[in-house]
Amino acid sequence: MPFGNTHNNFKLNYKVEEEYPDLSKHNNHMAKVLTKELYGKLRDKQTPSGYTLDDVIQTGVDNPGHPFIMTVGCVAGDEESYTVFKDLLDPVISDRHGGYKPDDKHKTDLNFENLKGGDDLDPNYVLSSRVRTGRSIKGFTLPPHNSRGERRIIERLSVEALTSLDGEFKGKYYPLKSMTDAEQEQLIADHFLFDKPVSPLLTCAGMARDWPDARGIWHNDNKTFLVWVNEEDHLRVISMQKGGNMREVFRRFCVGLTKIEEIFKKHNHGFMWNEHLGYILTCPSNLGTGLRGGVHVKLPKLSTHAKFEEILTRLRLQKRGTGGVDTASVGGVFDISNADRLGSSEVEQVQMVVDGVKLMVEMEKKLEKGEAIDSMIPAQK
Amino acid sequence: MASSFTRLISGRNKAILLAGLGAGTMATGFLLSESGSLSAEAKTKLYPPSSDYPDLRKHNNCMASALTPAIYAKLRDKVTPNNWTLDQSIQTGVDNPGHPFIKTVGCVAGDEESYEVFSDLFTPVIIDRHNGYDPKTMKHPTDLDASKITNGIFDENYVLSSRVRTGRSIRGLSLPPACSRAERREVERVVVTALAGLKGDLAGRYYSLGDMTEQEQQQLIDDHFLFDKPVSPLLTCAFMARDWPDARGIWHNNEKTFLIWINEEDHTRVISMEKGGNMKRVFERFCRGLKQVEHLIQERGWEFMWNENLGYILTCPSNLGTGLRAGVHVRLPKLSKDARFSKILDNLRLQKRGTGGVDTAATGDTFDISNNDRLGKSEVELVQLLVDGVNYLIDCEKKLEKGQDIKVPAPVPQFKK
Repeated sequence: MPFGNTHNNFKLNYKVEEEYPDLSKHNNHMAKVLTKELYGKLRDKQTPSGYTLDDVIQTGVDNPGHPFIMTVGCVAGDEESYTVFKDLLDPVISDRHGGYKPDDKHKTDLNFENLKGGDDLDPNYVLSSRVRTGRSIKGFTLPPHNSRGERRIIERLSVEALTSLDGEFKGKYYPLKSMTDAEQEQLIADHFLFDKPVSPLLTCAGMARDWPDARGIWHNDNKTFLVWVNEEDHLRVISMQKGGNMREVFRRFCVGLTKIEEIFKKHNHGFMWNEHLGYILTCPSNLGTGLRGGVHVKLPKLSTHAKFEEILTRLRLQKRGTGGVDTASVGGVFDISNADRLGSSEVEQVQMVVDGVKLMVEMEKKLEKGEAIDSMIPAQK
Repeated sequence: MASSFTRLISGRNKAILLAGLGAGTMATGFLLSESGSLSAEAKTKLYPPSSDYPDLRKHNNCMASALTPAIYAKLRDKVTPNNWTLDQSIQTGVDNPGHPFIKTVGCVAGDEESYEVFSDLFTPVIIDRHNGYDPKTMKHPTDLDASKITNGIFDENYVLSSRVRTGRSIRGLSLPPACSRAERREVERVVVTALAGLKGDLAGRYYSLGDMTEQEQQQLIDDHFLFDKPVSPLLTCAFMARDWPDARGIWHNNEKTFLIWINEEDHTRVISMEKGGNMKRVFERFCRGLKQVEHLIQERGWEFMWNENLGYILTCPSNLGTGLRAGVHVRLPKLSKDARFSKILDNLRLQKRGTGGVDTAATGDTFDISNNDRLGKSEVELVQLLVDGVNYLIDCEKKLEKGQDIKVPAPVPQFKK
């Protein structure tokens, strides 16, 4: 909550075991890491803006998780959460991001020219291409913790920056609380509109407070570059288009992001970033690049092949249904995207998508002809 | 181009932007430095209350009607002794704009002191919700002497069941929106220990929500006793579902006529009920049980939250005073179709609900009829009002059965509105 959680000091009157949460039925990264001893060590700390351990873990306490799906179970309330609570968050990050160590360095590379190929994915199979990431604005606390005043300034700064863009990035901002019915219909038809979070993973972390105050959507006139303001992160940035030209999608993504960052930097509010964690976002799962680059691709034969999952794992890719996370695929069409976020750069992650999808389309074509694909199965990347 | 943004922020226009924010010159450095998050104290200087005042233009709840920018500015930086803030009290009302026909309360207390520290908000809310009762000038009567109830046994051809509920809070521990896990566990411990001391027709046992067996759970569902994690955003936005199901549970006596919920929307909810129309006995057991529980906690140095202006202190301002809802499930097939039904209920200070409780529809011709008021009248007065009212409704139903006409009764006197 916005103005410090001094209730925390009052809790220190109770013994550690009296305050320690019951995590016996929980299956998330936080629950795996947070022993009673660690809780005791961290519970009297708070970040300068007053975010405490209990704030960090509340979502994980309230959402025990699922035996098959491992959620993260903790969030950051500000940039400093990642240092003040590193004894909890470093092991969570390591668990979630393939063994990433506390002294590892993350590479940032938004130079789209470093991407090889990516402009020739077969549009008979690849229906659409998309790259998204998030950005947090330095000097403000994050969505679980920020006040209405902060959120409104984030909106104002974002809108000033976005509406100053021109050329292919010329566009318009639609605040959630004052859009017209017609505008809302159009945004829904374009699949752009986001709504108040209903997932308890987000609501228990305080991210839906004061909805829809200072929330909105900006997109360019061409409808290929879209920014969400004050949803789960300060900014979510999305570049997308129909067909298989991932190279063009990534170019526009990098150019747009760089332009926006320049404007914020000029006014001493750059993006939160450091050389260990890359871009700082609310959920530890989105650290590093925060990038999910993916395609909607038709793989009816490959997806039923016995080795489909193994191929994806080796290519460092993941599959989702065409409705996004936690949905099923429709008509053999899958959403295929990079699995990694931290420890490899934007270019590297998009390269994996481009190379991997190209290979899988070739496999699909082989299977259509009744040929085997065993020789094509790649080594682990 | 970037120029409009530049114009706004650079050079002497800095001051214009900051003046627009209402920030003082001291804060200039903070806004424009590349440093990390501000300390909480620095934030209160840089963000004046006006920058944080919620947008309540589409809201219809008691908090939104009462919370002017001036009151918000006065109270924003105050904290109760447990460090509970105004923003936390009003979050549920900001997040839930309400309904044009139904005016919700829109704010909760985090502790007993909230009602005092934030009285500039809570007092007008209480006056609004409780029909003109002013806690600054009026005293609330408490009376749990069930022997005073007259005509408290209803005609069972009409009344199917009778029930009285209230809530009680343990003084010294924060309320469900604010409490830490340790405090909540302490509430559970204090209450469960006390309940173990009940004897005779009140002897019973406790079922912790987290530890009950499948069989126990099924039995509690069949008895209509089990409560579940709140799903209403009115409650979840007020932080009442945190750490579920830790330290939540249900206690009931062996006869299944006296039931206590622990750590749901209040520290305790106390319910006395039985099939049939003997409201007098239900209320008698209610009063006896409450007094015994109070005695048992006092033996260990605890007491209920209560004061002479607000009566019993509960989480929601709507439940202050007696926190009492006394009601029956009653069949009124003819009366319920009469055009005067609502007016009759209104004048009797009664409300109707469906048989599933608040916000449900009636099934068939059976209604849940209960008292509207909570604060400013004692328990005995409110139960008597309910008794007299239900007897009047049954009388109307009988008259209509015989083809006779009925009269709308004169309204029960209220406080100045």
